[in-house]
Amino acid sequence: MSDGIRNAALADIAGLRARHASVFSPGVGGRAVGVLVIGVVVGLLVVAVVRLDFSLARMLSGIGELGRIVGHMIPPVPHSLPQAMLYLHALAETVAIAFLGTLFGALLAIPLALMAARNTTINWVVQFFARRSSDTIRSIDQLIWALIWVNVVGLGPFAGLLAVMTSDIGNLSKLFSEAIETADRKPVEGVTSTGGTKTLAIRFGIMPQVLPVIASQVLYFFESNTRSSTIIGIVGAGGIGLHLAEQIRTLEFQSVAFIILLILGAVIVIDFVSGLLRQAMTGKAQLTH
Amino acid sequence: MTYALTRLPDAQLEPLQRAYAEAIAAKRRQTTLGGAILVAVIVISAYTAEVQLGTLFKNIGDFFNYFIRLFIFDSGPDAGRPAWTDVGEWFWGLRDWLSLLFDTILIAYLATLTGSVAAFFACFLAAKNLGPNPVLRGVVKRLFELCRTVPEIVFALIFVVAFGLGPVPGVLAIAIHTIGANGKLFTEVVENIDMKPVEGAIASGGTWAESIRFAVLPQVLSSFASYALLRFEINVRGASVMGFVGAGGIGQDLIEAIRKFYYTDVSAILLLVMVTVFLIDTGTQQLRHYLLGRDESR
Repeated sequence: MSDGIRNAALADIAGLRARHASVFSPGVGGRAVGVLVIGVVVGLLVVAVVRLDFSLARMLSGIGELGRIVGHMIPPVPHSLPQAMLYLHALAETVAIAFLGTLFGALLAIPLALMAARNTTINWVVQFFARRSSDTIRSIDQLIWALIWVNVVGLGPFAGLLAVMTSDIGNLSKLFSEAIETADRKPVEGVTSTGGTKTLAIRFGIMPQVLPVIASQVLYFFESNTRSSTIIGIVGAGGIGLHLAEQIRTLEFQSVAFIILLILGAVIVIDFVSGLLRQAMTGKAQLTH
Repeated sequence: MTYALTRLPDAQLEPLQRAYAEAIAAKRRQTTLGGAILVAVIVISAYTAEVQLGTLFKNIGDFFNYFIRLFIFDSGPDAGRPAWTDVGEWFWGLRDWLSLLFDTILIAYLATLTGSVAAFFACFLAAKNLGPNPVLRGVVKRLFELCRTVPEIVFALIFVVAFGLGPVPGVLAIAIHTIGANGKLFTEVVENIDMKPVEGAIASGGTWAESIRFAVLPQVLSSFASYALLRFEINVRGASVMGFVGAGGIGQDLIEAIRKFYYTDVSAILLLVMVTVFLIDTGTQQLRHYLLGRDESR
């Protein structure tokens, strides 16, 4: 039976070619675009390889060196128990930085998001400035914020906390204001129709809709901040990153491997816990809806 | 117009009200408990993270002063004047900075390209619907996880030791992170494809590779390109701080300016980075909309 279809198709091959010309041979235009795109991609690749000093010799010796480093990492144990305790304390610091930074960042992002969202803002001037300040905060990297806060409150985890908080204000306020803008209008109209003020409309019309979304985004950011606050110590802003950078610079690769394993362990635990929390929350949200 | 509300007799009403009061009380208890736990965790974390609100309030002026000082010359013939009165002096290092910015973009480009290509080849092994071997699939998935959990700066620090200072370790670090991040996204795309074309290709005698080439690729290519472009945006930001650990790009001048308190240099470099990031974001967004739009119009 399938032979019948095949034979029919083969018999009509000229007709098929005529009807679906673009399938059988993409036109000159399509090919030219393809060739052009590949040309640009490869051209830039060559420019990058030459300009950034890639060479086969360097790659080979680097890979050899890397192999030696990995060899030095085994077994991944620190020198002494006090040192291990020090790292554990730094890890606790890192988690605390991520937790408080995310929490305060989220708390400060909510008012900014309300000001930046189309349907809850006060007037267009406020909205404009709220959006631009959120954009500006977001365009500066967390590590740079850490450097700036170190100038203000000195070295230590507090600067890291403030850096995580600052960059979260930028990121979360954007996400929150998007969630607020897509909220259903009907509850707001309901509150307004019963004589509620704008504040009441936001509190009882919008907040119940967006809070579950906000909570789950905050949990995601807590996870990702645990990762990023492990490195914030590289610029002196507390946490395990300081030790990590120090041990790498002094070529103590056993301690380095131990610290990396600690970080991985902490990240896995936090992902698991926040997954449970998120499940609990979204489960509840489905019940109330 | 009045409505006559039926009121239940007290005997029936009372258990309902009691149940309501109990439900509310239970909810209150739960909220109080949750709040107490939250406060306890906050206090412990604040103690661990050495929160000093006093220092913050005392020095918060410095934070805002810092941004004001960024835009005022503090030495030279222009000392005390706002930076924008003498743009030539403000952007005195423009030539070097632009060259470093170009390096930064190239680092991000090379890392995104190599990382995405590697993720492209690996993702078919990790996808639930196409993976040839469950053990291999688990291994590839764990590798993706490892690549994206270790922050790229950590890879950069180690690679700087192995490959020497310069952009090479930066490219490798970002590329590894890209493999992890895009590998996961690519795998998810592949797992969500329509399997009918694959069945068609296999039914007509196609091998595994052929079924991927003719049945999977046409479905996933534009999503892949879109994710790769998105990753490029993220990697440009990442590459701009690679210089902090000696891994090339504009970061090395930026951290030097911040550490040595060359205030107007800091603002000049930050502005250049922000403009570059903005331009790249806008450009890739256009491209992504084009790609996804073309996909939908099919």
